[in-house]
Amino acid sequence: MMKKNAMIDRYRWWEVVLMYCGIFVFLFFVLAPFIEGFLVSLKPLGLLFSTPYRFLPENGSFKAYFTMWESVPEFGRYIFNSFFISTVITVVVLLLVVPASYAFARINFRGSGTLLGAFLAVNMFSGAVLLIPLFRLMRAYGMLNTYWSMIVPGVAFLIPTAIWLLSTYMRRIPRELDEAAYVDGASHFYILRRVILPLAMPGITVVAITTFIGAYAQQFIFALTFNSKTEFMPLPIGLYAYFGRQEVIWNELMAASFVGIAPAMILIFALQRYLVAGLTAGAVKQ
Amino acid sequence: MSAQKSAVIFAWILLIPALAYVSAIVVYPLLQTVNLSFTDASLRRTTNYIGWENYAKIFDAEFATIIGRTFLWTFLSVSIKMIIGTAGAMLLNAALPGRALFRILTMPPWIVPMAIGIFMWGWMYNGQFGMISGLLQRFGLVDGPVAFLAYGHTAFWATIITDVWIGVPMVTMYMLAAVQSVPQDLHEAAWTDGASRLYRMRRITLPMIFPAAITMSMISLISTFNSFDPIWILTQGGPSGSTTTMIIDTYSTALGSKKFGEGAARAVVICLFLSAFALLYFRAVTKLSKRMTT
Repeated sequence: MMKKNAMIDRYRWWEVVLMYCGIFVFLFFVLAPFIEGFLVSLKPLGLLFSTPYRFLPENGSFKAYFTMWESVPEFGRYIFNSFFISTVITVVVLLLVVPASYAFARINFRGSGTLLGAFLAVNMFSGAVLLIPLFRLMRAYGMLNTYWSMIVPGVAFLIPTAIWLLSTYMRRIPRELDEAAYVDGASHFYILRRVILPLAMPGITVVAITTFIGAYAQQFIFALTFNSKTEFMPLPIGLYAYFGRQEVIWNELMAASFVGIAPAMILIFALQRYLVAGLTAGAVKQ
Repeated sequence: MSAQKSAVIFAWILLIPALAYVSAIVVYPLLQTVNLSFTDASLRRTTNYIGWENYAKIFDAEFATIIGRTFLWTFLSVSIKMIIGTAGAMLLNAALPGRALFRILTMPPWIVPMAIGIFMWGWMYNGQFGMISGLLQRFGLVDGPVAFLAYGHTAFWATIITDVWIGVPMVTMYMLAAVQSVPQDLHEAAWTDGASRLYRMRRITLPMIFPAAITMSMISLISTFNSFDPIWILTQGGPSGSTTTMIIDTYSTALGSKKFGEGAARAVVICLFLSAFALLYFRAVTKLSKRMTT
């Protein structure tokens, strides 16, 4: 059996070459902006605007990585804000979604399918469509130009996917476990807390990570529209500070982008295996 | 009180927080959008109901052009995402050394804040100093610098390519999971019968991942139709409206010109299209699952 599998996966040399070429082209497309961004961050601003185009920088240095802190002193704050907003969003989403997922996964009640569908339908409407009433809502409750103006709408649009992922995960936990507890007279609340929650921990981790990434990667439109205070700006909006009055300080903008995303990148790659699980869980028919 | 009844009550208690939240932040604003679309709301203090006037106003030749453009833009973006993503999934599924690393390297566009990736694309599209124009000139494919974002048709494609770039990791990972779920015995049986790799791909892998591909394209269709960041950051809908999709149009009407009522009417039209897509999606999914079970 082992041998047969090895044989079926054996490629001829030209197949291997062809596939590596394909992978190279594919990854080049995916990574090109980062490669270009990194090279730009190494070029001195004066040489950046030189023609003809040079792929590799001349007189490259990491100077921009130091001067960026002087050009935009609030930069550290933007990194913190991005993290802070995403973390609060993740916590709130989990608080709302864990109980709801249990109800969908474990209790039979009339209309549960329709209700789950209704939650998923929320995914259809992007924030952009609802900006006007949201803007008025924020204004009415004094949330404009605060952290809440980014957290409150951010949570709403991450709930549906989180419920979907987590209820799918909980459904896969063998029913015998809670039925045994139920026969012993345990209440639903007890089963949720003592049986399902501990067993669903890996699923909750995956949902937490995907929610965090969603909150982190997609913070733009609410921050752009609902907040104009520098001290609350998340990273993507904060980077606009490098678009100076006269010209864009491109090398520092790129350097700042890399510094800004570094903490999140390290965190996310450390948790990489959960990530793939989150992307695909509940996605493909099991 | 029966056990079942108390369980149902417990279920609703568990659901109420999430339900209330989504109602307040999504459903209520949605209803308000419909309501606003019949008014002349703006920054002025007074707001009057004006019936269907907003709708009458927006349905002109220009709006028809925007709808057509949005559909073309969305169709092209989703198709290219699906082609690149599926090809990427097949390549990343091949038993080659370095496979694990290649899979990780596919993720960055998905986890980096979208806006940052788009800034970088903005530089790449620069005619004088950007990578694309630079490399094209180096290989003699174009005569002089091409400022991709300065002309209508190149800007149109440029925004599509950037949107594709944002969506590809998601499609690739999803399709990879689909490719991996194809039963290995099918491949082995065909292989024993002497089927070539290409034949197996055409006759086993592609038909088996077809349902997943349909599901993914429908999900992608909805998010692509809603795509805002790439266009807004790269061109803000320009030059001269050539990248103005319905979302961009709504945003600039409502929050640029502060015509809330008119913007709301445009948003309602978007919602109608989205609902149609969702209906299509549910029909496709139920049809597919029926075909899979029989």
